Amino acid sequence: MSERERPSAGTYGVLAFPVAMLVVFFLIPFGIMVATSFYHRIPGAFYVPAFELANWQRLFQPVFLDRALFSVWICLLAGAVCIAVAFPFTYFLTRMRRRRHVALLIVVLSALTLSEVIVAFTWYVLLARASGVSNVFVWLGLLDEAVSYQPSFVAVLLGLCYIALPYCVLTLYPQLTRLDPEITEAAQTLGASPWRTFWTVVVPIARPIIVAGFLLVFVFTLGSYIIAAFLGRPEHWTLSVYIVDQASANANVPFAAAMAIFLTLVSLVVVAIVALIGSRIRSVA
Amino acid sequence: MRVFRAVIVTVVVAFLVAPLLVIVVGSVNPSRYLQFPPAGFSLSWYSDLFTDPAWLRSIRYSFTIAAVSAALAVLIALPLAYVLRTYRIRLTPLLYTLGILPFMLPPIISALGMQVFWLSTGHVGRIENVIIAHAIFFSTLPLVSISLAMETMDRALPEAAHTLGADRRTTFRTITLPLLVPSMITGYAAAFVLSLNEYLIAFLVAGFTVETLPVKIVNGLRYGFSPTIAAVAVVFILIAATTFTLFAIFGNLLRFLGADPAILEKNV
Repeated sequence: MSERERPSAGTYGVLAFPVAMLVVFFLIPFGIMVATSFYHRIPGAFYVPAFELANWQRLFQPVFLDRALFSVWICLLAGAVCIAVAFPFTYFLTRMRRRRHVALLIVVLSALTLSEVIVAFTWYVLLARASGVSNVFVWLGLLDEAVSYQPSFVAVLLGLCYIALPYCVLTLYPQLTRLDPEITEAAQTLGASPWRTFWTVVVPIARPIIVAGFLLVFVFTLGSYIIAAFLGRPEHWTLSVYIVDQASANANVPFAAAMAIFLTLVSLVVVAIVALIGSRIRSVA
Repeated sequence: MRVFRAVIVTVVVAFLVAPLLVIVVGSVNPSRYLQFPPAGFSLSWYSDLFTDPAWLRSIRYSFTIAAVSAALAVLIALPLAYVLRTYRIRLTPLLYTLGILPFMLPPIISALGMQVFWLSTGHVGRIENVIIAHAIFFSTLPLVSISLAMETMDRALPEAAHTLGADRRTTFRTITLPLLVPSMITGYAAAFVLSLNEYLIAFLVAGFTVETLPVKIVNGLRYGFSPTIAAVAVVFILIAATTFTLFAIFGNLLRFLGADPAILEKNV
């Protein structure tokens, strides 16, 4: 840091454009959104500036607290499933020969670049009665007639895992390629089976990156909208879906704004708690 | 362990590839309804995509928004990354946080914020609203890629230029900027691809007048399966897979993703 130069007046001039853009088009809109959450909604029309707590009070009704808890629960579950699958997958991936290694990474990256919209569409098709995987089961003789697997809780969970899994793999990837093979070799020379080595050596070393990957999936899926909106019934909707629903279909923007700020707070709190638990485990172990 | 490895790798690959296979089949199936086994082979849904004026308009909107907003994102990120990594400024952590915050928060925050912002200005439903919203939201990507390049850049090069008498502006133009070009391209490409795929912000900011490809797909999805949507999806997947395959052949994909250099030499 010490070798850095002192700024001149011109330096601040260079910063003017990006900072102005971020202030005008991010901070000010955020401020307007906070203000809007206290505005008064006129049913059937729009909303007028006011200062009332009605939107915030509505937020703390059991119905919406329930939705918030459900959102946190399904996104934590998606994080757990993604880590449970992505961690061993990435570990094996980094130990493969170059050609397979690259081929698998291309599959992961191609899935990563898919729009959430297209992911929702493909799973919608795959789980539908007319077009979906159940027709294959019928053809194989496993089912008597085709059934629909969506909308359902499992469909939402699968969709969330699909959009998050590639990000999770790529978060784990740089660290796992740096895992010194001599460490696992040493464990095996000392008589540990590959299975035991994986659980007692590889997993503990990688704990910080596991926590990071888990948090990434949580925050990422909490922001997802299309998956829950298309693959779930209203009782499987996450907060993001309710916010969009209020902001567009119901035209209750003040209430949507209150929920959006609430969502930000919820995600920050959960991230803080999980990070804290992660560091606690590390200091005990 | 061997069995476990085979199971995990197979399950992940099947999970990632299965939905793609279904839509590939759906996109070349001549029937309007997806059926198993397919009724035949036809590319008519693809020609629909490139002849139907409504789809063409969405393609044009999406590519315009992605191209312009990604350029704007780089213009926001470059001065920020350069100044914060070159000078001693007390506000550095604060300004860097401001730069990555839009992308770190759930996208609904940016989407709704932009919606109420444009509503309050009365300037609604315009394509430039989406361009600015995407530029701000995705500027984090070039900010991170350019900042990383600034950190790994050899400090001796700009210093040498300085010693040889180049002023700050000339040094930046002839030394620093050319060294930053790869990271600017990476940031641009990432912002471009994600903008092309982004739904929520585009929908809330101007979804009713500027129907981008993702918005049009979702609107179509409300009426169930459509083979044209499957064709769009296949085109998107092909673009992505081709880009990364070319990257793997001509560039160093593993290095780009952050693999340890040591592993690259060993596993060839």
